[in-house]
Amino acid sequence: MAVPDRRLSETDARLEGLRMPEGGWAAPARQDALARVQAMGLPQRRDEYWKFTRPDTLAQVEPPKAGLFHSDEAPMYDGIDRLRIVFVDGVFDAAQSDDLALEGVSIERLAEVGARDIHWAKDLYGTLEARGQVPVARPFAALNTAFAEDGVLIHVTGRPSRPINLVYMHQSESSDAILHNVIKVDAGAEATILESGPAAARFNKCTEVDIADTGRLHMVRSQGRDHERRAVTHIFARLGAESVFKAFTLTMNGVLTRNECVVELTGDDAVAHVAGACVGDGDFHHDDTVFVTHDAVNCESRQVFKKVLNNGATGVFQGKILVKAGAQKTDGYQISQSLLLDGDSQFLAKPELEIYADDVACSHGSTSGAIDEDALFYLRSRGVPEGPATDLLTLAFLGEALDEIENRDLAEHLLERLNNWLARRR
Amino acid sequence: MAALDQTQVKEGVDQDTVDAVREVGGAYKHGWNTDIEMEYAPKGLTPDIVRLISEKNEEPQWMTEWRLQAYERWLTKEEPTWAMVDYPEIDFQDQYYYARPKSMEVKPKSLDEVDPKLLATYEKLGIPLKEQMILAGVEGAEDAPAEGRKVAVDAVFDSVSVGTTFQAELKKAGVIFCSISEAIREHPELVKKYLGSVVPVSDNFYATLNSAVFSDGSFVYVPPGVRCPMELSTYFRINAENTGQFERTLIIADKGSYVSYLEGCTAPARDIAQLHAAVVEIIVEEDAEVKYSTVQNWYPGDENGKGGIYNFVTKRADCRGDRAKVMWTQVETGSAVTWKYPSCILRGDDSQGEFYSIAIANNYQQADTGTKMIHLGKNTKSRIVSKGISAGHAQNTYRGLVSMHPKAKHARNYTQCDSLLIGDKCGAHTVPYIEVKNNSARVEHEATTSKVDDDQLFYCRSRGMDEEEAVALVVNGFCKDVLQALPMEFAMEAQQLVAISLEGSVG
Repeated sequence: MAVPDRRLSETDARLEGLRMPEGGWAAPARQDALARVQAMGLPQRRDEYWKFTRPDTLAQVEPPKAGLFHSDEAPMYDGIDRLRIVFVDGVFDAAQSDDLALEGVSIERLAEVGARDIHWAKDLYGTLEARGQVPVARPFAALNTAFAEDGVLIHVTGRPSRPINLVYMHQSESSDAILHNVIKVDAGAEATILESGPAAARFNKCTEVDIADTGRLHMVRSQGRDHERRAVTHIFARLGAESVFKAFTLTMNGVLTRNECVVELTGDDAVAHVAGACVGDGDFHHDDTVFVTHDAVNCESRQVFKKVLNNGATGVFQGKILVKAGAQKTDGYQISQSLLLDGDSQFLAKPELEIYADDVACSHGSTSGAIDEDALFYLRSRGVPEGPATDLLTLAFLGEALDEIENRDLAEHLLERLNNWLARRR
Repeated sequence: MAALDQTQVKEGVDQDTVDAVREVGGAYKHGWNTDIEMEYAPKGLTPDIVRLISEKNEEPQWMTEWRLQAYERWLTKEEPTWAMVDYPEIDFQDQYYYARPKSMEVKPKSLDEVDPKLLATYEKLGIPLKEQMILAGVEGAEDAPAEGRKVAVDAVFDSVSVGTTFQAELKKAGVIFCSISEAIREHPELVKKYLGSVVPVSDNFYATLNSAVFSDGSFVYVPPGVRCPMELSTYFRINAENTGQFERTLIIADKGSYVSYLEGCTAPARDIAQLHAAVVEIIVEEDAEVKYSTVQNWYPGDENGKGGIYNFVTKRADCRGDRAKVMWTQVETGSAVTWKYPSCILRGDDSQGEFYSIAIANNYQQADTGTKMIHLGKNTKSRIVSKGISAGHAQNTYRGLVSMHPKAKHARNYTQCDSLLIGDKCGAHTVPYIEVKNNSARVEHEATTSKVDDDQLFYCRSRGMDEEEAVALVVNGFCKDVLQALPMEFAMEAQQLVAISLEGSVG
């Protein structure tokens, strides 16, 4: 199909301003990705896959300015023993980062090892992203593969004793960061990746995850509290037999967030859970787009998304379960719920199922409504003032998504954060 | 139906359901052809063809202009490709847009003057065009009381209406029921006011095409406060080869009125696919209620997917007044490809829209169907119940939109869509769009058998049923509810379908 002129000229303008790193093992993958993004063109406002979210500020040449958010809070995951890798506006900060040596895992930076001729990540870099471009185009991810200068390459070979924390700090009002991470989990290995921070005024992040048979990976991220930042992120995960992938995202504020998660269950008995909790207040647009493909027998997938929206905030959920022919005994579940705290907020959802196998159980649900007046009345009759009562019900509502985090300490940590944020806003 | 016979059915799927689907999707009973002398307009679509159709229908100048404008718009529109259906490109210049039996050249003044061959056609379909008490072919008809139910029928054969029964009796009640071509001549003020007011000329590719070339269809006007004394129905028959049918139906229920309208359709079995692109517009004023039921049984193509009708239909109801109510019920068993979304615009405060659908796709059939519920007024309510069943190599998609506008305070929607797959070569898909723009609105979308009403489940379990039995009972009861919403003229079809259970449904 021919790409319309406008899409073409806007895509060219955007690509012109970017510099592709030269040489090294990733060079062929970068060239392929560039060809992909040129063929697809960057998203336009009327694209079906961008029906609920305007892509223009993500695609334009310069990012809109984003004011910095100052907080005296302790850093995210404070008190949890973790290995920190810090990027400031997309640039690695050695001084704030820990030593990258940790038993059971090899951690390298794309910028450091990218010039080599041979690297284990060569087979994965851009490969999983390319697989995720069918049946729906994800041009921002291809752009990322082509132009990302840095990112983290993590090879999990055992069971590292502490989680790895990728910290993305934001210090410049007009920064435009592109990072590309690759995570490979070997058979029987298990790790937890934590992510935190807004990263930049505009952040394009792509994470490719390959989990071998019986491997396990947990990802927990918090996208920071900067009001004006924009982000478009992708996770492409491929799961082997009996492997487990669990991803959770907490989003608080941010004028525009588009989180895409593309999961492919390729080995029998694999499990994938993708969950998210978001609290939006004011000029806030948050989009979770999830695409889970079942291509093996007896796999389980869960999508649990909860959104609390206030003061005209917008929440979007586009979820899809695709069960390929032959993927029998699939157990697919999908729930998206929104709590609208005022009359101006909106929730837009498209919870989709596409099923080509007959012996499967797939269910999806979606609800939207105001806070339960009866529950509120009950709490108030027990002496809880309206503000804290609303917060309590909000937390209970979001709790179901936080329950998807396997590590209870981490879940408690996030819940406490959330509670403090709600209390402060009051 | 060899395909289904050999299908291994997964455990938990009710055998009665498989049998019922086999029965419904079995040998197509209405595939015969009426050998009758026809008169065609030349093949292809040009402004001259549009003028010719208008002329044949003896239309006034304004109607011709309206059609020509639609034709101009159609030239600028692109065929939609978003539905999950796949068919070879349609050559819009390689078919006839107008076909009528020669004997209809001079309009018969009464049913007695209609060509006996045409009357026999409808007789054979079980729709005799006589002003009798009850449609033949309905079980129990012979036992019906002499003063039994009456049904007025408008019979459309290819491009023309053959006749309309009970017109005089309806007229006494003030109800106008006639073909749309007659309405354009006899009631231009009503047609001018309402035609294209619910489905605008440029609404979508097929609606625009229909606006240019529609040949016949039915017109209903129910005056204020009148409860239509009988059921109204239109029976569409495609007979001619290589001919598209473009019917146009306009129903106006004025303040406080009530009407129940039924629609049936069949076509001969032919190897070459035929196009059917209809537009149905319903206007529901204050306190009025319209019930619209369809049993769609167009020729579905043979077991190898050869031939069949492409059914690309735009149906929409506009609840203009407060407390207006509309109910769509559809049983979709025919057509090679279905593209159909009967919708409700809930404009009046407290207005209500309901959509009940059972879509059964077999062999190589493809169905992409659902509804749109647009909530604009306060306290508007909508309910969507959709059951999709796929067998053989068929693909069945529910596609729907529930939109709660900012001013639709305290609006409510409940949606349930279930799918059932019989065999591992078919597909079942769900594509719901949900847009909630005010917080007093409540929207619930479910697509799972385990989410049946907790109270009902608890009741069943307290009577000693196990969970599975209880769920099956409640869900089955639900499916039957949909069928019972059908008027009794469809009892035959409904009886076959009652055996269908959604046990083993995949969500």
